[in-house]
Amino acid sequence: MAEMITMKERMRREQVAMKEQVPSVRIHNFNEVPLGYSKEEAIYEAQRCLQCKKPSCMRGCPAEIDIPSFIRYIVEEDFGKAYLTILETDALPAVTGRVCPQEEQCQKECVLNKQGKPIAIGRLERFVADWARENDIHGKGSHDGKKELKVAIIGSGPAGLTCAADLIKMGYQVVLFEALHKPGGVLVYGIPEFRLPKAIVEYEVSEIKKLGVEVICNEVIGATKKVEDLKEEFDAIFLANGAGAPRFMNIPGENLNDVYSANEFLTRSNLMKAYLFPEYDTPIKVRKRAATIGAGNVAMDAARTALRLGAEKSYIVYRRSRKEVPARVEEVHHAEEEGIIFHFLTLPVRILGDQKGEVIGMECIKMKLGEPDQSGRRSPIPIDNSNFILEVDMVIDAIGTMANPIIARSAKGVEVNQWGYFKVDEQTKMTTCEGIFAGGDIVRGSATVISAVGDGKIAARSIDTFLSSGKSLRNNIDKNNREK
Amino acid sequence: MYQIVKKTRLYQDMYSMWIEAPEIAKAVQPGQFIILMTREKGERIPLTVADYDRAKGLIQIVFQVVGKTTDELSSFKEGENLYSFIGPLGRKSEISFWGTVVVVGGGTGIACIHPIARNLKEVGNRVISIIGARTRDLIIMEDELKKVSDELIVTTDDGSYGRKGLVTAALKEKLDQNSAIKRVWAIGPPIMMKVITELTKSYPVDTIVSLNTIMVDGTGMCGSCRVTIGGETKFVCTDGPEFDGQLVDWNEFMNRIYRYKKEEEQSWQHFKNIPKGKCKEN
Repeated sequence: MAEMITMKERMRREQVAMKEQVPSVRIHNFNEVPLGYSKEEAIYEAQRCLQCKKPSCMRGCPAEIDIPSFIRYIVEEDFGKAYLTILETDALPAVTGRVCPQEEQCQKECVLNKQGKPIAIGRLERFVADWARENDIHGKGSHDGKKELKVAIIGSGPAGLTCAADLIKMGYQVVLFEALHKPGGVLVYGIPEFRLPKAIVEYEVSEIKKLGVEVICNEVIGATKKVEDLKEEFDAIFLANGAGAPRFMNIPGENLNDVYSANEFLTRSNLMKAYLFPEYDTPIKVRKRAATIGAGNVAMDAARTALRLGAEKSYIVYRRSRKEVPARVEEVHHAEEEGIIFHFLTLPVRILGDQKGEVIGMECIKMKLGEPDQSGRRSPIPIDNSNFILEVDMVIDAIGTMANPIIARSAKGVEVNQWGYFKVDEQTKMTTCEGIFAGGDIVRGSATVISAVGDGKIAARSIDTFLSSGKSLRNNIDKNNREK
Repeated sequence: MYQIVKKTRLYQDMYSMWIEAPEIAKAVQPGQFIILMTREKGERIPLTVADYDRAKGLIQIVFQVVGKTTDELSSFKEGENLYSFIGPLGRKSEISFWGTVVVVGGGTGIACIHPIARNLKEVGNRVISIIGARTRDLIIMEDELKKVSDELIVTTDDGSYGRKGLVTAALKEKLDQNSAIKRVWAIGPPIMMKVITELTKSYPVDTIVSLNTIMVDGTGMCGSCRVTIGGETKFVCTDGPEFDGQLVDWNEFMNRIYRYKKEEEQSWQHFKNIPKGKCKEN
């Protein structure tokens, strides 16, 4: 067991940096960029934790992790217990340890953040999860199967997986439906291998399956079965199908051959593994100069993927300035290190193509910032006569998503807002149809993995409350006749 | 899951398969499609549903070997399982009583027009079917279509069977003769649909085509299948696959469906170079 260090020493130490693949090497491979802490590094970092009596970090964690406890176990070198502590509330620790914006959440609340050196909670979480996986430590199979009530969860992304894990631990029967051929949702099709290795997602999903969750892939709810059909088979439903419809700029030339939505570009590369073509059958085309429109995390993922697939120049084109960039600081930093070129205050107005439908350039206009808009960010205003042609031969639209209508079309009584997202009660995540709950991006629009995890947790509790009160979507069915 | 229960070689490189998919068979409507994967490393390809048997829980697909995936699919035997098979996707055909309608099928499109013709007939339409192919042996499902059509015209490019010539010539003749025709369905190779649309432009008929674009997920998530319809971008997978042919931007459509031509050839070549028996990992 590592020693507890003095308060003075805790305050003196700097945050332990995490080793990374060097940019010149990593732009030629899809391996993970950050390499994780070693055991020694993790302990050294964990020792810095002040073990606050009233830990503010926990306030910032939608996954409700007992942060000081798991960090204490790291200091005590009981990594197994650290893992089980996290696993009690977070079913996807290796995932959240990697993709959570900790600087906006737990680490922002950490008291040491006042000195600008918060505990690297995310890195510690990642270390613990990776250690447990490598050392064969598993959560308890706590599903007792005593409850006969069945819950259907639509979508196996972070919201669905989290809700499923929580419900199965409460003793419910859980069936998780996935439209694609692999579970994981955005964790599998959206986030690239170099940020979140797919083997890790697969592992955490398999751990959730071991708890007793039944995962059914290749079933498109809304097409194969309607939500209405599920109401007859299940006592409650959680809709977590993701935002899932790409948004385009609606500018001329957007349907040229080498214009992708970020969803398509990333799905080809991540889910279909086009970066391993022709070993995998799905192709992807990357030309010499790629422009990605938008500056969110998805845009960074797309621009960095283009680079790894052979683009000589990979641009980010963003209509606001650096200050308004919505992507995580870490992602922007990684992108810049890799040589991604940022065109700020630039708005594409037209994509130029030739007879064969190939992209030969993109006309843009320069912008300046005006008054703050509804989002609080200063709104971009075009500068007259500032048009110029950016020489590119492929374009990736990464300007966000819209609601996918397939499920909404098949769910009677479940109301959507003007953008097609499900309306829910903030506290319970219940939709306008009693017994049907919703969370994640199909409620929030494009948000983060961790907010989806948070929604999954809240929904699981609300479903428990709903079912515990004797209610069910199948109330018309005699309880004695329920199939188990 | 997704077992091939019956496989028939229709002609040289054209096959029919009946796949076990009870839930899809229960929900499917004419005009819809499925997406399949042969194996885990495979690509996702859309195929229009040729027919279905709700009672037996089966879906029929008809395909021609045109690349790697269809080549591999043709090597699957009865009793073997596909890795993935999802559906029914897209919107169903608009089946209504129109009066007199013509359904035109070319190549594997002949199989796709069959359930549409049958359903049109069932609601009381007078159905004229026109099917065409390069040569006699490529004419498929003639008997099935005869049963659901008031009139069936067969054409072959080489004149080896039925009338010599293209389906468009037969269609033009019908349109000239019969002013009661209200609607034309055309399903087949892109060029056939485009030419038929050009022909019907000068007649007072609606022309419905079924677009076979490149897709990935097939559920509205990626936008790979987008087409311009009447100046607006639409997704074939969720807004289609059937559209008013007069509104389709055919040039854009043709450019986009061939955008991976080089890679498709490379993939097929790669597949052919793998020693037989080593290509399936599941």
